[in-house]
Order: sequence, then C-alpha cells, then structure tokens
Amino acid sequence: MAALGEISLSNLNGGQKLALKYYALAGVLFAAQLLFGLIAGLQYLMPDLLFGVLDFSINRMVHINALVVWLLCGFIGSVYWLLEEEAQHPVVGLKLGNLVFWAFASVVAVVVLVYLLVQTGSGEAATIWLITEGREYIEAPRWADIAIVASVLVFFYNVAATFTKGRFTGIAGVLVLDLIALFGLYLAGMFYTTNISVDQFWWWWVIHLWVEATWEVLVGAILAYGLMKTLGARREIVETWLYVEVALMFGSGILGLGHHYFWIGTPEYWLSIGGFFSALEPIPLVAMTVHAVYDSGTHRMRNTNHPAFAWIIAAAFGNFLGAGVWGFMHTLPQINLFTHGTQWTASHGHLAFFGAFATVNIAFFYLAMQKLRGDVWMGGALPDHGWKWKWSFGLLNIGMLGMTVALLVAGYVQSHLERAIGGSSWSAYFEAQGHPWFQQGIWWREVFGVLMVAGFGLLVWDLLTAGRREARVIESLSPA
Amino acid sequence: MDQTAWWASGSFWRKAAIWVTGVSMVALVFLSLDSLVKISAGSQRVPAYTVINHRIDYVFNEERRVQQPQIGPEQPLFGRKLDAEQAEALVRQGKLTVQAKNCMDCHTLLGNGAYFAPDLTKAWLDPLWGAANEREQQMVDFMLDPTDKPHNVLGRRMPNLHLTRDEAQAVTGFLKWMSAIDTNGFPYNFTSMKQEN
Repeated sequence: MAALGEISLSNLNGGQKLALKYYALAGVLFAAQLLFGLIAGLQYLMPDLLFGVLDFSINRMVHINALVVWLLCGFIGSVYWLLEEEAQHPVVGLKLGNLVFWAFASVVAVVVLVYLLVQTGSGEAATIWLITEGREYIEAPRWADIAIVASVLVFFYNVAATFTKGRFTGIAGVLVLDLIALFGLYLAGMFYTTNISVDQFWWWWVIHLWVEATWEVLVGAILAYGLMKTLGARREIVETWLYVEVALMFGSGILGLGHHYFWIGTPEYWLSIGGFFSALEPIPLVAMTVHAVYDSGTHRMRNTNHPAFAWIIAAAFGNFLGAGVWGFMHTLPQINLFTHGTQWTASHGHLAFFGAFATVNIAFFYLAMQKLRGDVWMGGALPDHGWKWKWSFGLLNIGMLGMTVALLVAGYVQSHLERAIGGSSWSAYFEAQGHPWFQQGIWWREVFGVLMVAGFGLLVWDLLTAGRREARVIESLSPA
Repeated sequence: MDQTAWWASGSFWRKAAIWVTGVSMVALVFLSLDSLVKISAGSQRVPAYTVINHRIDYVFNEERRVQQPQIGPEQPLFGRKLDAEQAEALVRQGKLTVQAKNCMDCHTLLGNGAYFAPDLTKAWLDPLWGAANEREQQMVDFMLDPTDKPHNVLGRRMPNLHLTRDEAQAVTGFLKWMSAIDTNGFPYNFTSMKQEN
C-alpha cells in the first residue's frame, strides 16, 4: 500500500486505471488544440506565417478536431472513472477496453500525422477514405470513422454490460440511453453526397445533436456523480435534477436543430421551428446552474475537492453563459441572417465548448489526481494557499472570456460592415476584415489565447503536484 | 413534510424525460422526411445539376422580402451544354474536390465552415470576377494559381492547393450550381455581379 500523497495506481479500481489513460490522451490533445489555435489565430495577424507549409485550414482543422477528440476522451474517461463505483461491479471487458484504448490512440495519432504531412488529396473518393473528409469537425477520413465506431461500440458494451450486471442506477439509465443516441448519430455523418444541402442537413444531425443534446446530457450525468462525490449531494436529488435536465435539454435541443436549417436550402418553416425551440435551449442550462448553486448552498459550500468543485461551478456558469446566453444572442433567424458564418459563431463556439465541456473534464482530472494519491486532502488550507490551481483557474477562465468578447467585437464589425451595409460580397468581406476594430478584436483574441496557454501550463503543473506530501486524508462529509 | 410533491418526484421527471424526448424525435423524423424531399436535387429549392447550363441571377422577391435565385436562359458553362448525367458528374467531382482540398476550414459554404476566407455560397455571382463572360476563366485561373492574387490588402492569400484543370472546372461547376440554391435570403443584401440582359 502506497503512502498517502504518493501516486499509486493501486489506489484506483480497474475502470479508473483505464480512465487515467483517456485523461492523459485528453491532456495531450488539449495542448495540441491550444497550440494549433494559437498558430491559426496568429495567421489572421501575420498571413505569411507558415504559408504554404502549415496553412490556416490545416491548423484550424487540427485545432477543432483536437477539441472534439480531447473532449470525447475526457467523457469516456469520466464514464470509466465512475463506472465501477456506480455499478458496484468491476468493468466487464476491461482487457478489451484497454486494448481498444491503444487502438483508438493509434488511430488518432495516424489521423493527425496524415493531416499534418499529407494535408489534402485530389478530388476523388479515395481522399475522403484515406486523407480527409473535408467536412468541418468531422474531417477524419472514413477509415478512421469506422475504427472510431468499432472503438466506441466496445466502450458502450462495457458501460451497458457493467451496469446490467451490477447496479442500474438513474445515472446509469441516462448514460446508457444517451450513449446509444450519441454514437448512433455519428453514423449520420459517414456518407458522401453531391447535394450540399442534403450533406449539411445530416452533418448537423451529428454536430448539433452531439453538442447541443447528447453531449449536454452526458456531462449532466457525469456532473451528477461529480456533485455526489464533491458535495455529498443526495442521489435522489441529483437524479431528479438529471431527469429534469434531460426533459428540458431534449425537449428544446432536438428541434432546436432547426436553427441550423435557416440558410442551407431547407424549407422556410425551419425559421419558426428553429427560432422557437432554440430560444428555449437556455432553459435547461439555467436549471443546471440553479441545481449546482442550490446544492452548493444546502451543503454550505463544504466539499472534498476545492479545485474540482470550482471547475464544476465554472461548468454550470460557463454552460449557461457560453451555450445559453451567447447561443441565444444570435439564434433567432432575424439576427442570424446577419451573424451566420461570422466571428459571432467563433465567439459562441469558444465559450460554449469551454464552458459546457472542457470545465467538466478538468474537474474530473482533479478528482482523478486526488484518488491517485490515495484520497488526499484537497479542501481548504492547501499548501501555498493552492495558488497553482487558483491561478490556472483564473488564467484559463479569464483567457477564454477575453477571447470570447474579443471575437464578439470582431463579429459585430463583420456582421454590420460586411452583411448589413456592405452587401455580403467578397470585397465587403475583406473591407470588414481590414477594419481597425475587427483587427483589434483579433489581436485581443490572440493575447487572451496566450493567457490560456499560461493557465494550461499551470494546470498541468498543478495536476502533477497537487497533494504531494499531503498528510491529511480527504475531508469526510456529513449528509445534508 | 417528508412526502415529495408529484411534480418534484424523480419518477414524474423520468417519465417526462422519456415522453418529451420521444415526441421531439418523432416530430424531427417527420420534419426531416419532408425536408429531404424538398431539398433533393431537382426540387424547387435545390435545382437539378443541369442548372449549370443556364444563366443564374439573384433577384429580390417582393413578397418574401428576400433575394432568391432566378434561373434564366441557356448559358452553358465553358460553352458546353451538359446532359443530366454529365452535369451531375461534373458537380460531383467539384464537391469531392471541395472536400478533398478542405475548403471548408478557411471558407464558409452556405455560411458553414471557417471564417478566414469569404463565403462561397454565392461566389459564382460575386462582382469580384469582373465581367460575366470572363468569370469562368477567371475562377479556373485563380484556383490553379491563387498565391499571387490576394484580392485584399490584408496580405491574406489562398495557398496553391495543386488542383488540376479538370478539378478547377469541376469546382466552378459546383459553385455555379450552389449559387442556384434558395437559401431564404442568405447572405443578406447580396450585391450580385452585373449580367447583361
């Protein structure tokens, strides 16, 4: 038995050991996301930077693909993390799960290398199968799609079978049903069609019904477990809230898909349906925030892991602000006509992905490190006042908020000058891009991006060192 | 009071979640079936690929108060009139090339993609190509060697993606076809190229 405060895998159950691998891969991809984001951001300011070597399209593709995959790795890791405790049963196919992890990691590595070294291909089906599919967010070539589907099927089997053999809780039920939808939807993006309206119709089934429906429910389930662990919240309460969130999330999010069908050739009735249901989409996010604040209040903020808890609260507010408020701001067709496809979308995308999803993963990284060191103390009165986690928390959040606002300023300029006044032509596009206000927004985005990178560095340092030589054990919580 | 009210109970919300999700999914499936018919190639909103044999305009509709595509008289692309099969093959190769060259991670198409380069939805109609009779050749020449034709004072350029002439012509065909899709007025207030009557 390892001493308290020392890293030892013997502190973890089988599922948690596997989770740790996914977390490590998530961390590497998070770093890649930041790096390629910084380069792509710089190329706005210095267009000749790496021109013809690593063009914007390649950096941007790696930036957003690393994002999708690191978030997914974090989610898969977190489900494996909670699986055995929640089911009260060992993971049924752990060996297979480990094997699949290495296969998955290898696929990701090969795909990224091909992105960077081969980059593009000729206009034939072979390119789509072997190099890139060229569709934003799901650029991975078809061979990788198939490998990903096989990997997630094994993951799904592990989750469903472990819960079935062990204890099938409310969280388990939501997780299993959500994962069926989540992975089933991926299939909607795995075909080629010449008709771009049909292409984007199904493409949104994947993108929207992932991030604005199934991913949201997935993190809801993960957070329900997180609140029980950190606050000692009662299962009955978190599970009821989870059902509320599922009802509101799917009730608004499924038909909220319509806000992507305003301008892609689809019929005009989507303007009303998409506008109405997407206007409702912030409601579950308000519920989530109320839930987190309410639970924290009833427990007088006493919790077992201050950094993890801070990130859970950041998730509640980040989700509400990034996905809810920023999404609502330009979701009605009357305004989306001007903002669609401008830096508004980039602004919303940044805060929503970070606020709703990245925060949850980071919270679980902290839970993992706490347990890895033998369930050490991570409450108040941390050595050095816990400056590392506090500074990294501050830098990452301020960096992201700063980027979001900077991009929003650029988005205002673009939608106004290019669309409302300029006539949406190419020369109007460049006119707006060259406007000093637009350029200032892009400069500030880069500055705040650098802050985020500093925050990430501190985060990694803190995760690797927090709890070292800690002699106190985890705080015990009395039930509320 | 220990008894939980019905509206606050887990079982009520579990049932609500299942019903709401089910009803929403059914509604989405029916709407999707309808939409897919209405956006099939050859429909009123998304024209057949042979539309590339015709002149395309983008005109203001007084009733809808938005611009919409108007299909005009014959004006074959590259002076060659294509039958349905040939037109589909050309647009298919164009779309494949757009994906293979990852255009969407700099440009937007129908407003979706990245924001580093202009939207391509109505690229065929953009005044930047000069006169209508030179446009096809201008577009092909640009795609074959874009690096010294920046189109802006920012210094932002398109990299040479090594398209073949066939691919560049196919992309031109794809862009012409895409410009004929009825996008409910997107992009707003578009200033179309002047085409002689």
